[in-house]
Amino acid sequence: MEWEIVIGIETHVQLSTRSKIFSGASTDFGASANTHACEVDLALPGVLPVLNREAVEKAIRFGLSTKAVINRRSIFARKNYFYPDLPKGYQISQFEIPIIEGGSLTFNLDGSEKTINLTRAHLEEDAGKSLHEDFTDMTGIDLNRAGTPLLEIVSEPEMRSSNEAVEYAKTLHALVRWIGICEGNMQEGNFRCDANVSVRRKGHQKLGTRREIKNLNSFKFLQQAIEYEANWQINQIEDGLSIVQATVLFDPDNGETRLMRTKEDAHDYRYFPDPDLLPLVVKDSWIEEVRTSLPELPKSKARRYQDEFNLNESDAISLVSSLEVATYFESTLNEFNEEKEQEASKLIANWINGEVAASLNREQKNFSECPVSAARLATLVKRILDKTLSSKLARLVFEELWNSNSSVDEIIKEKGFTQLSDSGEIESFVSQVIEAHPQQVDDFRAGKEKALNSLVGQVMKLTKGKADPTQVNQILRSKLG
Amino acid sequence: MFDKTVKQLGDALRKKEFSSTELTQAYLERSKSINSKLNAFISFDEERTLMQARAADKTLATEKSTALTGIPIAHKDIWCAKDWVTTCGSRMLETFRAPYNAHIINRFNEYGAVIQGKTNMDEFAMGSSNETSWFGNVKNPWDLTRVPGGSSGGSAAAVAAGMTPAATGTDTGGSIRQPAALCGVSGLKPTYGLVSRYGMIAFASSLDQGGPMAKSAEDLAILLEAMVGFDPNDSTSLERPAVDYSNSISDSIAGLRIGIPKEYFSDQIAPDVQTSIALALTEYQKLGATLVDISLPTSPLSVAAYYVIAPAEASSNLSRFDGVRYGYRAPEYKDLTEMYSKTRAQGFGAEVRRRILIGTYVLSHGYYDAYYIKAQKVRRLISEDFARAFSSCDVIMSPTTPSTAFKLGEKVSDPVQMYLSDTFTIAANLAGLPAMSIPCGLDKNNLPVGLQLIGNYFDEARMIAAAHQYQLATDWHLKKPPLSIA
Repeated sequence: MEWEIVIGIETHVQLSTRSKIFSGASTDFGASANTHACEVDLALPGVLPVLNREAVEKAIRFGLSTKAVINRRSIFARKNYFYPDLPKGYQISQFEIPIIEGGSLTFNLDGSEKTINLTRAHLEEDAGKSLHEDFTDMTGIDLNRAGTPLLEIVSEPEMRSSNEAVEYAKTLHALVRWIGICEGNMQEGNFRCDANVSVRRKGHQKLGTRREIKNLNSFKFLQQAIEYEANWQINQIEDGLSIVQATVLFDPDNGETRLMRTKEDAHDYRYFPDPDLLPLVVKDSWIEEVRTSLPELPKSKARRYQDEFNLNESDAISLVSSLEVATYFESTLNEFNEEKEQEASKLIANWINGEVAASLNREQKNFSECPVSAARLATLVKRILDKTLSSKLARLVFEELWNSNSSVDEIIKEKGFTQLSDSGEIESFVSQVIEAHPQQVDDFRAGKEKALNSLVGQVMKLTKGKADPTQVNQILRSKLG
Repeated sequence: MFDKTVKQLGDALRKKEFSSTELTQAYLERSKSINSKLNAFISFDEERTLMQARAADKTLATEKSTALTGIPIAHKDIWCAKDWVTTCGSRMLETFRAPYNAHIINRFNEYGAVIQGKTNMDEFAMGSSNETSWFGNVKNPWDLTRVPGGSSGGSAAAVAAGMTPAATGTDTGGSIRQPAALCGVSGLKPTYGLVSRYGMIAFASSLDQGGPMAKSAEDLAILLEAMVGFDPNDSTSLERPAVDYSNSISDSIAGLRIGIPKEYFSDQIAPDVQTSIALALTEYQKLGATLVDISLPTSPLSVAAYYVIAPAEASSNLSRFDGVRYGYRAPEYKDLTEMYSKTRAQGFGAEVRRRILIGTYVLSHGYYDAYYIKAQKVRRLISEDFARAFSSCDVIMSPTTPSTAFKLGEKVSDPVQMYLSDTFTIAANLAGLPAMSIPCGLDKNNLPVGLQLIGNYFDEARMIAAAHQYQLATDWHLKKPPLSIA
């Protein structure tokens, strides 16, 4: 019996505003407990919320980037429940009419394109934090996070594997960073996913009963949790048991999900429009203003790279994995005049996706922190194009660039990294090698092509990599020919 | 000194007949001595009060004084005033010292007024008799066996008894106008959004509105000028050009069209009240006004709609009183749920608990549409009634209450009877309209009768002028309770 997994994802994206969604307190992370909580965040008697315009603008940015409907009038509602880190006893959220409805997200997976439709995205405030570890027999409350703006983005249940779910989450994560609405720091809880998982027999239309896995703050946990949960559900059903709608938590220590609450003991949140806040009205002119401030989106940028610079699809997609990479690529390319762009772009893309990305990855840095500036990378590529450097030498120069502030040309000069282009000089190295390796020479003459490669290698070794291997190959052939 | 209006006291202060310190000291002494009889004040802070009075005296020596510089004003204990204990009439906040000022407190400070003390009130402003206060009921200065009305009963009694020149109140369903009527003072609830709610402990956010209570309409104008104004901290606060209410009170009311809603003149009104209102209307005709019959057909539903909407909002507004961060917490509990339930059961009184339960019920899944949504529809119809009515009249008049002050304890055990005492005042809150109550007679028991005026949106100036012209022609607002001072 074949099973199909059905996944929908709700993501809490922390909007990168300076102050909170309904108060003037700072949203900075990591301050000592309750120092970023003003009278509004503490829910003192008599205080009132005032909506942060910047949070609304970030929601509009998201709506425009996903081709969603931006509701010109949306409503803030109160979601009522008691919890010690929820100071007002209700959370201000959007319920019946959210600011954003519809839209979609597209990504590539295993060579094909997949589009996931979005249900909605709404603005709400975050709660504070309960600190259970720091006190014996007591719980501490830190309200620094209380009132931090969140955009809750809800997908349709259109994902069919944990891989798709992870790719969706990664694409969403890249997008919210790209458009500058979220720092995307998952350890700090900037980007948290809830996964709704159900299973059904392949070919069946009716959705199975879902269970919601709460608060997954890494892509790895998202993947593990969905896989465990789907298997668990399949086993239940195959054992003749049924699935009860529930909320579960993922335990990363044992890789399992465990029950938090079932639908029966779910809260009645008693939503109603918040009388302290007027309906949120967004004028067309504001939307147009935001539209003009949006950067070119990753998908269209990647297409443009393919069209304008003849890059292949996978190179282009890698270059738009974040706005920082794309900016780095474009800044490097800017150092070339137009007729050289075509020639340079492929090489630049290779360097960025190869050496640069690998080095950054090794040191866990991102592109905005790259020690090799776009200008220096551009010079390096120029020296390859004008044949001053072989690719092997270029890698050596790059290492020097990474660790020093010297320019490319200074390094070439200091280290004597110039490629040997004088054929006379190379010929003398070739002669030395032929003399020293009679066995390989005989083998080659007897028809063993491989022996030639070994000889080329010996010449390269002797020249400390400064010779052009193609040229060495030619000279060897003519001498042995 | 204790008979003088704010206007007269301000003039005397500027003429140096006495200083603010002397004035404030005198009022403090008088109010402290009478308070044992009336229980109109919850707290005094003499040191803080006199410090403000001394500062006011310095300002009075300069040319920078305002109409309120040096005038002691009593504030309903629903307004947060920095470093003052602010209880909202509840055990829940018995020891809560506000760390910030309400917007209107800042405004009064800017005007140089002096905070004389905090007045008693129904717990969280829920009540019409001041009997739900954790700090004991307030007595009506006209008859100590009767209620002063509520929820701003402390403020009304204090003004009526000459314990303070003027006071602030708040009005969610009549909480300024009903006690003003029952105590024989003038009180005004402005258009919703005109006075900032920031720092006013919320009861029902969409209905709550602060306003002044005083001896005369002229004083209300002076106080209102200080209270009104846009506040960026209140999203429902309205940005409007400033109005000189004191200047426009002398406007003639000749030609004023007074709407008489037939629904507000039923035979359920006490005969003495009917008589006083009829005489007041005759007086207005003498002043050149004309009476127009109007109808507010949805008004019989206003009490029912109000007792869905107000408790719904209250149930949510009062959730913050959970014993976690401030205020009362039950001394013993075995877990979080018990901490919540015991704290709230012990910290809130019966009427507050009743309204939280009603509100929780009407917002619950499956009942929301039948109650909350339905009540909102009624609310809209009530607003439409008024919009129609104001096409044929300039101001609406009616009794403020169906009867004069009732006996302490009379309606405590019958909440519905208690709720019906607000039957004429609630509609203005549901529609967000400005309304006021002024004294217009005394019944056979020598108890004050209140005349209610309801104006169109932002038409406070015309409404106050109409009240002032009446007070120029009559002396009901000058009548004093027969209170013998110890």
